[in-house]
Amino acid sequence: MRRHLRVLGTFWRTSLLSELEYRLNFLLALLSSLGHALGNYFGLTLFYRGTGSLGGWPFFQALLVMGTFTTLSGLSRVLLSPNLARIVEHLRTGTLDFVLLKPIDTQFWLSTRRISPWGVPDVAFGLSMIGYAAHHLSLPLSSLLWALVPLGWSCMIQYSLWFTLASLSVWYVKIHNVTEVLNGLLAAGRYPIDALPPGVYRFVFTFIVPVALLTTVPARVALASATPRWLLLAAAFALGAFVFSRAFWRFALRYYTSASS
Amino acid sequence: MAKARALCAVSLANMLEYRAEIYLWVLASVLPLILLGVWAHAAEGGAFPLSSVEFIRYFICVFVVRQFSFIWVIWEFEELVVSGNLSHQLLQPLNPVWRFLASHLTERIVRLPLVALVVVICFCLYPRALWLPRPLDVLQASGLLVLAFCARFFLQYMMSMLAFWSERAAAIEELWFVVHLFLSGLIAPLDVYPEPVRRLTELTPFPYLIYHPVNLLLGRGAPLGRAALVLAAWGGAAFVVQRWLWKRGLDRYSAMGS
Repeated sequence: MRRHLRVLGTFWRTSLLSELEYRLNFLLALLSSLGHALGNYFGLTLFYRGTGSLGGWPFFQALLVMGTFTTLSGLSRVLLSPNLARIVEHLRTGTLDFVLLKPIDTQFWLSTRRISPWGVPDVAFGLSMIGYAAHHLSLPLSSLLWALVPLGWSCMIQYSLWFTLASLSVWYVKIHNVTEVLNGLLAAGRYPIDALPPGVYRFVFTFIVPVALLTTVPARVALASATPRWLLLAAAFALGAFVFSRAFWRFALRYYTSASS
Repeated sequence: MAKARALCAVSLANMLEYRAEIYLWVLASVLPLILLGVWAHAAEGGAFPLSSVEFIRYFICVFVVRQFSFIWVIWEFEELVVSGNLSHQLLQPLNPVWRFLASHLTERIVRLPLVALVVVICFCLYPRALWLPRPLDVLQASGLLVLAFCARFFLQYMMSMLAFWSERAAAIEELWFVVHLFLSGLIAPLDVYPEPVRRLTELTPFPYLIYHPVNLLLGRGAPLGRAALVLAAWGGAAFVVQRWLWKRGLDRYSAMGS
């Protein structure tokens, strides 16, 4: 465990140093995140003009969900997406051989090798939304801290979905588009699940692309309105998805034949 | 003319080869369909300028109309300039813009079957929203869409020219897209926007790319003449600037010695 942490420190330091070479990029990422945050906030207010509401959620509660969504997508831009391109590259060119030889768990190496600061503005705006909403709802700090537990599950789910997709590139290298599809579907997570019509929509976004578990459950915990059924589902899904992603990676590796062999 | 036909035939074959990827791009653009669910559900409980059924139709049309405004030339162009592969294209007696235009045009054809399938699924989910747009509306909307496609393409191609000066030209498109996302009527019909914001959007070309063509299809009417004029003006201006930047850029490109 200590060794993993030390390696992690080295990985992140080196990749931060190399990314910070491009400072203009950071400014551009900041502008783009700001635009998205403002636009999403504006988009949310549209539902509350007139007498509308979003599946019975008052504005600031819905903002809590949107803040959670923005934070999570920022985290995935920091931690997950920079590694994906490299995994696909390793598999395509056969350099995965060298990674397999390293005296450390391959999944750990592949998932943590890179970090990219471009998602940090998203995380900052997401946390600001959460803070602003929590202030208006006068939520106690303790309930926000409690929400960190299901937020941890959300991270696990998102990681597992993403790593399972990455493993698919053993068979199909053009996985980039598949992650775009996943991102497109995850966009539903900026609204509470009750905002979606019952039936097909809610089923898909709870069990297939589990955005309900990713964003609605942590927000409900912060609001102290989570039911045990949802908590159990989220925890089980997180654990199951993580175990599955590891097993699937091992299975995929059996089909890895390196390049040119 | 023969050149154009050959160019299109080649890129169509090329695009058909990549159909799996194109289908995935179509599936990645489901945002309007998510919003369809959210707005249709919200409209059942609240007082909005549009009814639930109208929201459903609106977003199905947005999904279809948006398929015509997907342009990715800036990423390809940036790649060509940064890698130096543009040199191969320069040897041919044809401005690369036509090659890009042909590939974007033929890609639409490859998209169509899946787009149609998605629309059918939507109507299966919401049979009450089923309707047939009037033929005249379809004709007018198609005309606008052609103009919108050209305007979007040449605007983005114009921005691609910046690749000669910067290695991150695509970032400009990313910023442009954020504005497009929120001002074009993609996230919600402009009818539900507050009046001042709505007037602001009318000053930009964005509503003419999505909102007005969709309204035409829905039979809600749109300022057809103005829309055509605005799109033609933006597209035309971008075409002229693009030519000018292309000449300037090429000087720089060769000066870089690649």
